[in-house]
Amino acid sequence: MMEFLQYGFMQRALMAGVIIGILCPMIGIFLVLRRMSMIGNSLSHVALSGVAAGMVSGIYPLAMALAFSVAAALGIELLRKKYSEYAELAMAVILSAGLGIAVVLISYAKSINVDLFGYLFGNIVTVRSGDMMLIAVLGSLIIAFVGLNYRELFYITFDEEGARIAGIPVKRVNLLFTVLIAMTITLSMRIVGALLVSSLMVIPVATGIQLAKSFKQATLLSVVAAEVAAVSGIIASYYLELASGGTIVLLSVALLMLVLGVKSLLRNI
Amino acid sequence: MNAERLISISNLDFQYGKDLVLTNINLDIHEGDYIGIVGPNGSGKSTLVKLILGILKPSGGCIELFGKDIKDFNDWERIGYVRQKATSFNPGFPATVEEVVGANLYSGRSTPKPGTKKARERVNEVLSIVNMEKFGKRLIGNLSGGQQQRVFIARALINSPQILFLDEPTVGIDADSQRDFYQLLEIFNQEMRITIVMVSHDIGVITQKVGRIVCMGDGKLLCHPNSSRSEISSMLKKVYGNTMDLLIHDH
Ligand SMILES: Nc1ncnc2c1ncn2[C@@H]1O[C@H](COP(=O)(O)OP(=O)(O)O)[C@@H](O)[C@H]1O
Ligand SMILES: [Mg+2]
Repeated sequence: MMEFLQYGFMQRALMAGVIIGILCPMIGIFLVLRRMSMIGNSLSHVALSGVAAGMVSGIYPLAMALAFSVAAALGIELLRKKYSEYAELAMAVILSAGLGIAVVLISYAKSINVDLFGYLFGNIVTVRSGDMMLIAVLGSLIIAFVGLNYRELFYITFDEEGARIAGIPVKRVNLLFTVLIAMTITLSMRIVGALLVSSLMVIPVATGIQLAKSFKQATLLSVVAAEVAAVSGIIASYYLELASGGTIVLLSVALLMLVLGVKSLLRNI
Repeated sequence: MNAERLISISNLDFQYGKDLVLTNINLDIHEGDYIGIVGPNGSGKSTLVKLILGILKPSGGCIELFGKDIKDFNDWERIGYVRQKATSFNPGFPATVEEVVGANLYSGRSTPKPGTKKARERVNEVLSIVNMEKFGKRLIGNLSGGQQQRVFIARALINSPQILFLDEPTVGIDADSQRDFYQLLEIFNQEMRITIVMVSHDIGVITQKVGRIVCMGDGKLLCHPNSSRSEISSMLKKVYGNTMDLLIHDH
């Protein structure tokens, strides 16, 4: 039992998984409740184009992904303010542009890179200690920011105008928060993969909200749901030799179904 | 009139892009006032309130709050606000009544620090003012419209404001709750000495409840708090047509 723990890559994958299991729902709960879930999907495709650019140019792909997605996040925030009625469209355009750039760069490189496959779908074997350090350091920063600004984020999410009148620097908090979304996505890509990272921001939150009797509970339960899926998903993907991203997301969907099923059973008794 | 002047608006203009929405508004609000702002939809009532609250910036003229130009004013906890459609939030939002009310403690410098025992006591205190103390742990989305409205009033009261703005607070609330609501406002104004400014397009009710009426039409102030009843009556007739005549009477 637990013989997987003796492998360095599994230790790193699990540690990264635990951090991502906190990050994704912590950011995701605010996205879901502000009906901004789409932004995660857009930014992850931009991050993917950053990875491709990194591979083509020989620069550390995660760093490039971080730069690309943060720049796109700032762009979205700018567009959202200027053309609020086209926010949805802006997200779709950015998603397409990101994916387009990624595909063009990959075809330019002309070699199908095994590593790229890992960035797309998540691959626990490829988490290096450098990746691990980045995830730990930036992850802690993000968790600290959300923790310190939890009340402000809650107020803005519930009632943005009210928050502004209450003296919360809404613009600044929104801007910083958008950057954190981009960072979270980039950090999570190694484990969950670009195509599935936004699912890990949304599905555990949906589960948490189903059960919660307060906002604080919703946050905690979302994190619990994500942790259960991330840790069991990584272990399962090791034994079954599956892509970790798909395994984690499928498990979190299963958890949501279970909760919905039990809830409706209890209601019908 | 020797009550303290809380708000003073002079020559105020406002435009959204090229559309002139308010022109040359002059209005003083004094301590203890209970003012109703009436006027048809789109006449600029909400815009006027948002200008006073600093949510929008004037295109011309000036606004003084508590004797200070609005640009230098930062005692926002002295002003409470319940915005139009406050209850139109996402009904599935997982937040308790206590969380919603407590979030507003942020602004107050003289109010208890968020998360402390004092803060929780203050939340319960304002909830009991609006008779909602039993609902603190309930999810806000599970309450009735009237109950939600009272929660938002409690939220506006948490920093002990001296003046309270309410923008169309009775829309979508049943008749019984509306009666309770007006009773509550009377207590605020008479016993707690809170100045109240209430926006409504339902002038039939509001003219019977408030102390004084401000009437807006087409971005202009058609009558002031100091207009006589007959002036107001003729103005309302002009804006709404003849039927309003009966509704204006002294109490
Ligand atoms: N965000 C906005 N952008 C452009 N025009 C607006 C905006 N909000 C309100 N208006 C216009 O300003 C005018 C006054 O609106 P408002 O103050 O909401 O009226 P009321 O509250 O009296 O119904 C209306 O003609 C409305 O169309
Ligand atoms: Mg209005």
